[in-house]
Amino acid sequence: MPDTTDHSGISHGSLKSNLIGLILSIILTVIPFAMVMRNTSSHAIIFIMVIVSAIIQIIVHLFYFLHINNLSEARWNLVTFLFTILIISIIIVGSIWIMYNLNINMIPSY
Amino acid sequence: MSTKNLAHSNVIANNSMHSEYIHKNIGVIKVFGFWIYLMSDCILFATLFATYAVLVNGIADGPSGKDIFDLQFVLTETLLLLFSSITYSIVMLGINNGYKNQVQIFLAFTFIFGLGFIAMEIFEFHSLLAKGYGPDRSAFLSSLFTLVVTHGIHVSAGLIWIIIMIIQVMRSGLNPINQTRLTCLSLFWHFLDLVWICVFTIVYLLGFM
Repeated sequence: MPDTTDHSGISHGSLKSNLIGLILSIILTVIPFAMVMRNTSSHAIIFIMVIVSAIIQIIVHLFYFLHINNLSEARWNLVTFLFTILIISIIIVGSIWIMYNLNINMIPSY
Repeated sequence: MSTKNLAHSNVIANNSMHSEYIHKNIGVIKVFGFWIYLMSDCILFATLFATYAVLVNGIADGPSGKDIFDLQFVLTETLLLLFSSITYSIVMLGINNGYKNQVQIFLAFTFIFGLGFIAMEIFEFHSLLAKGYGPDRSAFLSSLFTLVVTHGIHVSAGLIWIIIMIIQVMRSGLNPINQTRLTCLSLFWHFLDLVWICVFTIVYLLGFM
């Protein structure tokens, strides 16, 4: 997809890449909403589809709207973003794991 | 020349080159700095999400997610924010081509979509408060309000920024400073839509299931 770079350093897509991003985003929004609202599949399948749609839509947003790719202009943006994801993972997984354990192990015995 | 002289003259050359480099690329540097701020904002939202995940089942005597979420409503909100992201992409294309009118018109469209999103969110939370389901009712509601309203405050700040940029572009045109600022606002606005994807997935969709 054609990318142009101006002196502000972030590459900008063409109208076409933005439209592709929009259509993908709409699809990836409507699918999980429809699945949850209609409730026609099993709980596990809906759960997985919702999470997967969100992850893919995040990547679509990053690639088509924020133009985070591995080109030389955007590389440090990608690096700092990946580092942030690492910190976020530690915080979220750590919080949920620790609080869950505390919840289970700290049940008071009256 | 000895290597010592060569190294010394290199240092002098690098010093003047360095400030020249900064001067020429100040836009790039500012945008990257803004990106670093956005990364810290991501971590802020991550802590709010972690808190929500821990407290989501603490519904006390109040309602659970299933009782209070209107998915049709949230879908409309989501599409409003998504369209505002697209209109902002058209703003950026306008900047590339130097079309000032395109920039102004689509900044205005972005504002209208964003304002619609905020109006719907205010309506939703007002009706929750009116029913007595405020952030003081239960841990779940407390973390829900904190997370979603923090996002809403970010969007509102973005709306104010859009108005300011419309005025700035009207007064000074698409000069390099305004281009840098509009690029930063672009990152900010798309990032807010990204956070909203996480919000509607984790809070509303998973909360409804």
